[in-house]
Amino acid sequence: MALDSKIPQGPLADKWTKHKNDINLVNPANKRLIDVIVVGTGLAGGSAAATLAELGYNVKAFCFQDSPRRAHSIAAQGGINAAKNYQGDGDSTYRLFYDTVKGGDYRSREANVYRLAEVSANIIDQCVAQGVPFARDYGGLLDNRSFGGVLVSRTFYAKGQTGQQLLLGAYSAMNRQIGRGKIKMYNRHEMLDVVIVDGKARGIIARNLVTGELERHSAHAVVLGTGGYGNVFFLSTNAMGSNVTAAWRAHKRGAYFANPCYTQIHPTCIPVSGDHQSKLTLMSESLRNDGRIWVPKHKKDVEAIRSGKLKPTQLAEDDRDYYLERRYPAFGNLVPRDVASRAAKERCDAGYGVNATGEAVYLDFAAAIIRYGKEKAHVKGLNENDDALVKELGKEVVKAKYGNLFQMYEKIVDENPYETPMMIFPAVHYTMGGIWVDYNLQTTIPGLYAIGEANFSDHGSNRLGASALMQGLADGYFVLPYTIGDYLSKDIRTGAISTDSTEFEEAEKNALENINHFINNKGTKSVDSFHRRLGKIMWNKCGMSRNEKELKEAIEEISTLRKEFYKDVLVPGTADEFNEQLAKAGRVADFLELGELFAKDALLREESAGGHFREEHQTPEGEAKRRTEFQFVSAWEYKGEPKDALLHKEPLVYENIEVKERSYK
Amino acid sequence: MNLTLKIWRQKNANDKGKMVDYQISDVSPDMSFLEMLDVLNNQLIEKGDSPVAFDHDCREGICGMCSLYINGEAHGPDRRVTTCQLHMRMFKDGDTIHIEPFRAKAFPIIKDLVVDRSAFDRVQHAGGFISVNTSGNTQDANSIPISKHAADKAMDAATCIGCGACVASCKNSSAMLFVSAKVSQYALLPQGQVEATDRVLNMVQQMDDEGFGNCTNTGACEVECPKGISLENIARMNREYLSASFKG
Repeated sequence: MALDSKIPQGPLADKWTKHKNDINLVNPANKRLIDVIVVGTGLAGGSAAATLAELGYNVKAFCFQDSPRRAHSIAAQGGINAAKNYQGDGDSTYRLFYDTVKGGDYRSREANVYRLAEVSANIIDQCVAQGVPFARDYGGLLDNRSFGGVLVSRTFYAKGQTGQQLLLGAYSAMNRQIGRGKIKMYNRHEMLDVVIVDGKARGIIARNLVTGELERHSAHAVVLGTGGYGNVFFLSTNAMGSNVTAAWRAHKRGAYFANPCYTQIHPTCIPVSGDHQSKLTLMSESLRNDGRIWVPKHKKDVEAIRSGKLKPTQLAEDDRDYYLERRYPAFGNLVPRDVASRAAKERCDAGYGVNATGEAVYLDFAAAIIRYGKEKAHVKGLNENDDALVKELGKEVVKAKYGNLFQMYEKIVDENPYETPMMIFPAVHYTMGGIWVDYNLQTTIPGLYAIGEANFSDHGSNRLGASALMQGLADGYFVLPYTIGDYLSKDIRTGAISTDSTEFEEAEKNALENINHFINNKGTKSVDSFHRRLGKIMWNKCGMSRNEKELKEAIEEISTLRKEFYKDVLVPGTADEFNEQLAKAGRVADFLELGELFAKDALLREESAGGHFREEHQTPEGEAKRRTEFQFVSAWEYKGEPKDALLHKEPLVYENIEVKERSYK
Repeated sequence: MNLTLKIWRQKNANDKGKMVDYQISDVSPDMSFLEMLDVLNNQLIEKGDSPVAFDHDCREGICGMCSLYINGEAHGPDRRVTTCQLHMRMFKDGDTIHIEPFRAKAFPIIKDLVVDRSAFDRVQHAGGFISVNTSGNTQDANSIPISKHAADKAMDAATCIGCGACVASCKNSSAMLFVSAKVSQYALLPQGQVEATDRVLNMVQQMDDEGFGNCTNTGACEVECPKGISLENIARMNREYLSASFKG
């Protein structure tokens, strides 16, 4: 099947408005006759479910957590971008569009990104109307901060808990509709398959995670807002339950999977402490507004620090290497994530890592504390030269800005970041790849939509900070509810979809066989042990830098591991009870297939772009080298084993932006 | 560290349940409490025993899913943390640790340490929202100036993660801290004024219908709340409720 991105004709700035005017609508009385399933209740799924219900559709929403409010969007910390230009610093829709395409290293779809920038301002209006308590200045107006890869202040925030507040906003909109009976909510349910009838997505098979029962649910369209697949690395900043299962099962039913190798490795996470580690914790990018990143200039100081003979605070200014400020004077500590992560890896690989494992760099707030302290002392008319006072005042300011992050750090690491610099290291955080969608957010299966992190379209090969929240809410509140109407307008006479068909039966049988295999397997090793091994392969060979030899090894190793998994996995308990291990087994099985496709995609992409860094393709200074031949989206069609997946290319055309070398120097 | 764990095991909602002893060795002080349970579960699984079921997801203290009652305290001995942020350095070699689910009539046990907190969701369905459509056709965000003081207070209330520690800690199993946090968030903001009367009446009604107890101002909830939600919110909700009752 040829890929048709369905980008509307006309000038970039008019495409979305014109498209909305051209597409078909469903009249309010007919909306009552149409059912829509939304899987996942994060920013994308939650906002879509609420808006679709508000429009009048009958919505069934599903989440695997015990409440929709717990979806992992809740953990997003720093903020959400919007081209409001409240700061009057030259921001505009075009500039947000430009920054996002450039930040994504020219691997995203122009028309989608422009639409995203266009609706961004609406999101802020909407959320304020909903009662989201964004940070404000003393005049009562909204405050902004800066994020990496941009030269304006356009990030709105609610302390270090912006994702939480936005998600609770979407959750409250859902609650209103649940109360009215327009959303039927299925908590603790996991989607195991999408059901295709006559070539259209017409329902799902879900498993009730409390009783273990398999359920058939039908609808006129199915929307996946099921997030990313960072947990293929085992250790990531994702929640323990975040998984690729819904997306992968859709892929197996015909949805193409796009750019699986595009992964965001976030520069500021708390380093791994030992083999028991179950997940990694992010320290928001907003910290780079005020924190300065450094390692010692000299190896002897590195040794002294590692052995505990020297404290980082004792090291003289001249003996520190603020390597981001040195290498990228224009953007300094606020370079985009991919650049900051690689720079940290470069220093650590060169032997300058500051903890026992050699995999950590410092993020230092001492300078910010003094700067803010002096400012505050000045405002209050106090002595600006009283060091102790200045420090005290400065700490108060830093606490107000980042208090919850500092507290989180202290609880995990047992060190006080107000007194000694934080230690950080890059970790897997977000996946830009995902299910291929057209301009309408429809997958290659008619009637199946993918929104938020689950799709691929807006971030190219690297996502800028504070853009994931923007995209999730844009898709759910403002894009999908329009575009899905065009598709559903053909279904007003269809009537309710029966679950009593051979298609539903086949899908349910398939899911049941999978479950029975795991329960009856009685192997010798736990699900987690396989997941950890997969994660090791992914991190070592498909991580921050990749090369042909190791990618080929990874493909072999994952394929072997998958066979071993099916033969030797041990899942305790039964299928008809609350059984977390069983649910996990299904998720890890899918990661074991996705991982291989991931490596295959990375191997194909013989260039460096954004988060995808191929060692064979770099400049003499070690910067990423893009290649024009690879200016396309790789969309993979399922053909059985991951090694047989068939490549389709969607060429990326840039008509409104000049494709340049991406420089932050 | 070597520890003795006494863990509540209950097959399902109908099972009677009991405390069961486990020994665990080589626990590192850098482990989180849940990572320690992961190690235990892996041992149980590979021995052919059934692992201990417990709720958890984000493991960074924000999703509100984890819910253990450790040595008689919701989320254990540390302050301002969820169970997933509790680290083993809070315990000593040779300690015996009691691990139980959050107990309340309104939170029935599903299995072992997993409870059903959907009562919280239903309280929110009753009024935990502002009735504004999500079409985006609202006024410009800056046309509603809100004093920094009010916005910060609303944010403090909105920080609630809905874990249920307040209910588990309260001798009456009262959900007042949870409900008042939501009522306060909206009561402090101009956007929330329009529906203020109905909101507080409906949410309190639903709270009572779910079987949560009354508040007797012991303040245990505030002490154990991982997000430091203040009792002030309960006082505010009482005021809101009183004035709504007169209007209503």
